Amino acid sequence: MTILKPLAPQSNVTAETENLWQRISRAVTTNPSVLPTMAAVLIFVGMIVYGEIAYGRILQYNTISNLLINNAHLIILAIGMTFVIMTGGIDLSVGSVIALSSVAGVMLANSGWNPYVVILLMVGIGTLMGLTSGILIQYFNVQPFIATLAMMFLGRGLASLLSTVPERLADESPIRWFGSQFKVIDGEKVNDLVLTPGGVIAVVVLLLAFFVLHRTRTGRTVYAIGGSESSSILMGLPVTRTKLLVYVISGTLAGIAAVVYTSRLGSAQNITGIGWELDAIAATVIGGTLLTGGYGFVLGSGIGALVLGLMNVLITRDGGIRPEMTTIITGSILLAFVLLQRIVTKKRE
Amino acid sequence: MSTQSNTARVRELIRTPFFWGIVAILALLALNVIKDPSYLALTINETNGNVVGNLVDILRASAPILMIAVGMSLVIATGGIDLSVGSVMAVSGAVSMEFLKGASNTNSVGVAMAAVGLALIVSALLGAVNGVLVAYIGLQPFISTLIMMLAGRGIAKVITSGQNTSASSDPFRWIANGYLIGLPVVFFLAIALVVVVGLIVRRSALGLMIEAIGINPKASRMAGIKPTGLLLTVYIASGVLAGVAGVMSVGTVMTVDISRTGYQLELDAILAVVIGGTSLAGGKFSFSGAVVGALLIATLDKTVLFLGVSSSATPAFKAIVIVVLCLLQSQRVRSWFIQRRRPPTTLSESKAQQPREEVPV
Repeated sequence: MTILKPLAPQSNVTAETENLWQRISRAVTTNPSVLPTMAAVLIFVGMIVYGEIAYGRILQYNTISNLLINNAHLIILAIGMTFVIMTGGIDLSVGSVIALSSVAGVMLANSGWNPYVVILLMVGIGTLMGLTSGILIQYFNVQPFIATLAMMFLGRGLASLLSTVPERLADESPIRWFGSQFKVIDGEKVNDLVLTPGGVIAVVVLLLAFFVLHRTRTGRTVYAIGGSESSSILMGLPVTRTKLLVYVISGTLAGIAAVVYTSRLGSAQNITGIGWELDAIAATVIGGTLLTGGYGFVLGSGIGALVLGLMNVLITRDGGIRPEMTTIITGSILLAFVLLQRIVTKKRE
Repeated sequence: MSTQSNTARVRELIRTPFFWGIVAILALLALNVIKDPSYLALTINETNGNVVGNLVDILRASAPILMIAVGMSLVIATGGIDLSVGSVMAVSGAVSMEFLKGASNTNSVGVAMAAVGLALIVSALLGAVNGVLVAYIGLQPFISTLIMMLAGRGIAKVITSGQNTSASSDPFRWIANGYLIGLPVVFFLAIALVVVVGLIVRRSALGLMIEAIGINPKASRMAGIKPTGLLLTVYIASGVLAGVAGVMSVGTVMTVDISRTGYQLELDAILAVVIGGTSLAGGKFSFSGAVVGALLIATLDKTVLFLGVSSSATPAFKAIVIVVLCLLQSQRVRSWFIQRRRPPTTLSESKAQQPREEVPV
């Protein structure tokens, strides 16, 4: 756990450049597992520079703010996934939790339920699904990926039972407020720095997760479980409670992501979120969290989500790459980072 | 004495891993019969002598599931998992349809065989990629096959350039829709492949070695079993069998639906294996169990449709079944059952036999 301390300066952008460089090189030499996070930051910067040179109009207010707004749900999902993967587990159900939660939410809101109750219910559906996976995994010894795979199909099936057509959220529904844009900086023409409550939620959740993971007992227990579960039990840490908690956190955040995504899109469908579990895993892995657990950096997951979002922007700008290729490219990036992790962990052994 | 041996026999039957699977199939069929008393009726089509009926439909629908379930059994026996089977089915279907669409003289048997062969080669390649990642690079099976599950569907889309390609070829169609001595060809084909694979792994030491890897990779390596080559073979086999399943499932409609062919079938395969009594922890497999599992899933699919529930909702029912089965496999639930069984047995006089009965399967 103490090995992770050198990571902290990385987020401290105000440090002097030479000092920062020294710290970074020391961090890499003392702990090679920060290498993937570094790689993610480098790739993000590299993609921005490449995009700016090749296509232009990347480093400007509206592109950057759209990047945050359009990927707010993915950032939130990746944060939840980071908690789960850090304990050595996996949550494959997040995509269909979003489908179930948003379809149920939109249908209830349209049938005249109080929108604030609906929002709570949407988050609650996620919590419930996460709790179910957690109980299956912790108390009944089901492997995490089987339990969450079952939840994935259960969520998708229940969403399909509710409706198989796109459900449109009423225009005057207060839920849309989360997707409403307000200007922070008024630029020329459409080049404004805008924010949505959804985007703000993503940033707040990210900072909260960083605080919880690095500054609270629960967070340190999450790291400890990933390092060695049996040692954590012997140390007297609340392993059962914490392992249950990470799945509840992941489910709840998927519920919040459903609110954020639905409010931005204004509609929900039972096929929403197919493959998002891979995006969330990819964002987490790109951000430097080891799939075997124990090592990770939640701010890195945020960067990972933005890398994936920026990749989509560049693919759209390029126009030459067919949209069918995106899943292949995401898969290849994930594969590359998993292989990088494999090399790094082998070196440490 | 004779009654005791009878009860022992019944108990042994109940303990057969796939006994409850057979019970579930019968229960589902009974449910259908209650709704429509003529459900089980089989009629013989007078013009061509083929048997027609719901039971034949179930046999036909179970064929692709059976194929991927057999591959999945082998993979799970090594302690791994293959989440990519559904996507490999889509790729295999896409390859064969694109080939047939581009080929001239599609009604010749040779061209149809070439389409099937090409599809199987591509499927084997995808399986080999999984195998190399798991066996030689040492990635976790579920993450490498998860990547293949999502990338595979992308590959299928690239092959057909995002279209749902259709083609026509009578010999190819015959594989999926044809009849042999009155019964569907697919079912014979599936059973034949299961028997062949079963003979290969059970009549040689292959099956034993695969199970050994699943029980303890380190110990099996010390016993002289090389896991890398075997793992690669198992994942290639799973890929090829998924390819066969893909050919079967696109053959029925002669169209590959890139987003629906094989979609969510990885759950069916896992479910079939679990119903067959194979533990997901690895170390053993049972093909007869997989056959029962595949038949149960096909029956479940048909029943859900027959009862008028939207077909896109079937995953929910399957998820519930798999959760229940996983719960039944877990130690905690078993200990509940044993505790509940204890009071009556201690009251009865057969105290001496009790400890033996308690041992969980």
